[in-house]
Amino acid sequence: MRSRRSTRLWTVPVLVLAAGLVASACGSSSKKATSTSTTPATAPPTFPAGTTMANIQAKGKMVVGIKFDQPGVGLRNPTNNSFEGFDVDIAKLMAVGIFGGSPDTLGNKIEFVEAVSANRETFIENGNVDAVIASYTINDARKQRVDFAGPYLLAHQDILVKASDTTIKSVTDLNGKKVCSVQGSTSEKNVIAKAPQAQLLSFDDYSKCTEALTDGRVVAVTTDGPILAGYVAKSNGAFKVVNAPFTDEPYGIGMKKGDDAFRAFLNDRLEKIEADGQWASAFQATLGKLGLALPTPPPIDRYVSGGSPSATTSTTATGGATSTTKAAGATTTAPTVTTTVPATTSTSTSTP
Amino acid sequence: MDVVLDNFGGYVDATVITVELTLLSFAVAFVVGVLVAAFRVSPVPPLRTVATLWVEALRNTPVIVLMYLFFFGLTKVGVSYSPFVSAVIVLAAYTSTFVAETVRSGINSVSRGQAEAGRALGLTFPQLLVLVVLPQALRTVVAPLGSVFIALIKNSAIAGAFAVLDIFGFSKALLNADAPPIATLVGAAVAYLVLALPAGWGVGFIERRVAIRR
Repeated sequence: MRSRRSTRLWTVPVLVLAAGLVASACGSSSKKATSTSTTPATAPPTFPAGTTMANIQAKGKMVVGIKFDQPGVGLRNPTNNSFEGFDVDIAKLMAVGIFGGSPDTLGNKIEFVEAVSANRETFIENGNVDAVIASYTINDARKQRVDFAGPYLLAHQDILVKASDTTIKSVTDLNGKKVCSVQGSTSEKNVIAKAPQAQLLSFDDYSKCTEALTDGRVVAVTTDGPILAGYVAKSNGAFKVVNAPFTDEPYGIGMKKGDDAFRAFLNDRLEKIEADGQWASAFQATLGKLGLALPTPPPIDRYVSGGSPSATTSTTATGGATSTTKAAGATTTAPTVTTTVPATTSTSTSTP
Repeated sequence: MDVVLDNFGGYVDATVITVELTLLSFAVAFVVGVLVAAFRVSPVPPLRTVATLWVEALRNTPVIVLMYLFFFGLTKVGVSYSPFVSAVIVLAAYTSTFVAETVRSGINSVSRGQAEAGRALGLTFPQLLVLVVLPQALRTVVAPLGSVFIALIKNSAIAGAFAVLDIFGFSKALLNADAPPIATLVGAAVAYLVLALPAGWGVGFIERRVAIRR
């Protein structure tokens, strides 16, 4: 009796494990062909052996990290597992440069995985993705760990308020007001710098911020304009963007540090789609539909990479006191996160 | 590990917040939990029903869903607490169900003769519970209550997703500021370990002190 009982107990974790494996196996095939046609419109180009382009071609698919929760930029439609947004379209146009054909004939040659802000560099360093196209601002701190092709879009940080709000016209109006952003994000640091008296209520994602704005817990949400435009579209007229841009956020394609051939390929490809109008039609089909005016694409920055990642120590997120002498801006400070938590008095962690 | 050393002060502040969250929530959860357990064994049917509903509704809902409903749902009807207070209320309510079930199991372990003897002496039900049954029941459930407490330490991380800078919230903020993830999260794990290990020892100490020698 005793032995039979223990056998049965064993089967429980085994079953749970098996169920988990099945679930993850199903999850990994999470891309949808938008078209059943498999005949490429153009022949796939050939690349020198050993390059990242050739490797992607050989493995038959390009894996791109995108945001899953930003309407107009990178969004997963959970009902049919399809992806939409400007970042998605840029990713498809990059993949077309490797596989030939057109964005509609890529099918499962492109796979999207969710890259949240906190794991973008790690995904690239570990090779989980070939590239990250996820409202990814190019800055020197990030260049310590990854390289960027592009920029392919110059975004600006802006302010989201309720449609009825008339008091907030620029970032300085946020002083003394309750403002929502994401804990530790660049957007949060920027608003602290430009409106030091703003009372920040910072969550771990922007959808909670829009919920807090609806509820009146905060009067404004701040991050990059394209992301805010997506939330305006989703809000059915409840929100509006103030249209008072106060930073420049050049969005780049994140990729493995030191892979200059791949970076040159992506930059060439970006210049090509900007010249032949595909960039503009991708913008119009996504962010343009949200009411953003078609901008001129920013000039491609073909900078000289700082070398392989092993050569640079990771100095990111060091405290303000230990600012090392790297390239300008290479030292990010610890997040100056101020919450409106009265009982806890965690006003800040460390200030620059 | 640089990231942990450079932000050591931040980790300490965050750990203090986690301790505050845990202790406040557990204090409330313990009182509510014992009360709910008493309701569940009481001879009054409406009290039993209320207590059963409380336990089954809260125990079977993920704490993140409870937190979301409480934090954003209640604001829609005009009730709004700060993130920290919201987290304490939700964690206390959720944990109270586990305390209640643990205490109830302790009550059931007290031999029937004890209750019969109490009734024979003319004790009312509350007297019987407070003077005879609970003192014996609580002693037997110190170890499982300790497990509930340690689970609460870790469950308190939910506050970090709702604008409280506890250990989890602080690590998340560091990660969003491009900190190296492994070191940051190992730092968080160590901080939770620093709280949970002594909690376990404390439970062992209390258990030895209050044990009934049979």
